[in-house]
Amino acid sequence: MKNFQYVNAPDVEDAVSLLQEPGTKAVAGGTDLLTELKERIKMPEILVNLKTISDMKYIREEKDDLRIGALATLSEIELHRMVRERFPILKEAISVTATPQLRNAATLGGNLCQSVRCWYYRHPDVKCWLKDGDMCYAEDGVNSRHAIFGNSTCIAVHPSDLAPALIALDARIRIAGSEVEGELLLEEFFTLPTETHRQSTLLGAADLVTEVIIPHRFGPSNGVYLKAMERATWSFMLVSAAVQLEWKGDRVREARIVLGGVAGKPWRVREAEAMLQGQTLSEGLAQSVGEAAVANAKALKHNAYKIPLARNLVKRGLLELTRRKA
Amino acid sequence: MAKAVKLRKPQAQKRGPGKTPVSLKVNHGLHTIFVEPRRTLLDALRKDLGLIGTKKGCDEGTCGSCTVLFDGKPVYACLMLAIECEGHEIETIEGLSQGDQIHPIQQAFIEHDAFQCGFCTPGQILSVKALLDANPSPSADDVKRAVSGNLCRCGAYPKIVQAALKAAERLKS
Repeated sequence: MKNFQYVNAPDVEDAVSLLQEPGTKAVAGGTDLLTELKERIKMPEILVNLKTISDMKYIREEKDDLRIGALATLSEIELHRMVRERFPILKEAISVTATPQLRNAATLGGNLCQSVRCWYYRHPDVKCWLKDGDMCYAEDGVNSRHAIFGNSTCIAVHPSDLAPALIALDARIRIAGSEVEGELLLEEFFTLPTETHRQSTLLGAADLVTEVIIPHRFGPSNGVYLKAMERATWSFMLVSAAVQLEWKGDRVREARIVLGGVAGKPWRVREAEAMLQGQTLSEGLAQSVGEAAVANAKALKHNAYKIPLARNLVKRGLLELTRRKA
Repeated sequence: MAKAVKLRKPQAQKRGPGKTPVSLKVNHGLHTIFVEPRRTLLDALRKDLGLIGTKKGCDEGTCGSCTVLFDGKPVYACLMLAIECEGHEIETIEGLSQGDQIHPIQQAFIEHDAFQCGFCTPGQILSVKALLDANPSPSADDVKRAVSGNLCRCGAYPKIVQAALKAAERLKS
């Protein structure tokens, strides 16, 4: 780890102004950033500690929504009564994230802003395109964990479990900063890296996630998060599916299907969602929706397994929600 | 009439990159060490405080042997900076025994043979302690979940679960 200066941010305003100094990085839980610092993938001159900001760590019920401060830890969110009752999909997503120790330290904001797990990106001696190099080494290299959707030069996948679940809940995100400021749909917060903006969120260098807002629109127990992983704990998804339904009687009024582990951002499949509108769910329909979800997927050399995996997770998610409703 | 005085916010103070005093509360004692901001909590415990019960395995959050309790909750000491632990309570394996008297969880681990090489054991015990502090009557599944962030390469898991359940029983009586 290269040495750095360290400063505790007293509030959001000061954090944003501190972050405007070049060579500065924000740290909250640190569970992702510290691994990058140790490998010298990131070498900031100054670390700004956000955990000293007292008004960014809360979970608050309001009339129309649930508001979660960016500094709330994953454990705090997972154990919150309201989250367990109203948003089981979020609880399910957190309970299969990392380990108890990591969930006790990792924050909501950090989870959404974490770096990709691509082994070329994570290698200290490889200067890949995402690290401002010239090329993506995964494209012709070992790409078994990489994307089946998207058209970015970088084919790494976004590793967050919370992001697909929150997007399926129509969550919004609040940002404070110098380049981006205000509230937007979480879905729009994530971007595929482009030539001039090589990262997976809209955030500028001095911008901070301050809050996530979940509207009370879906009834309880109407969402499910399924994650295919190499072992039952402590691993990033191979593929995951967040499926959220709004029922009207026996029919689906509206659906959200968001895939994880398949693209550089959480991947919402609107065509597949639309097929469910106004329908009663059968095994046949669940199968067709699963197939539609992967209709535009393109396999790389080593990741063709992800396509049937994604299709079947969507199908299983829909059937599981039907079962829970009965 | 009293004039409202607007106080300027104190300037956030930058520390480092050289050594700076850091005060840590470890096992109920307050220690001030002189370290660079990049010092991890794990290195501070082992090198600056000589508390070598906390083990260094992977040093990147993928083994669990550096597990300590941070305000009562298990965390990986390798993924925390010492400087960010100021004002928080750290508990390590050394904090469990009282004089010559080892903790009932430690006793249960010995009786149930819940380790072979022992390298993961301090971390396992602290994960179990955090569980029992929060839930005095856990199920076997609760224990498995509680130690799911602690690798045991000897594969002592079934005995770790037995030891934890035994310790829970004893701590209740």
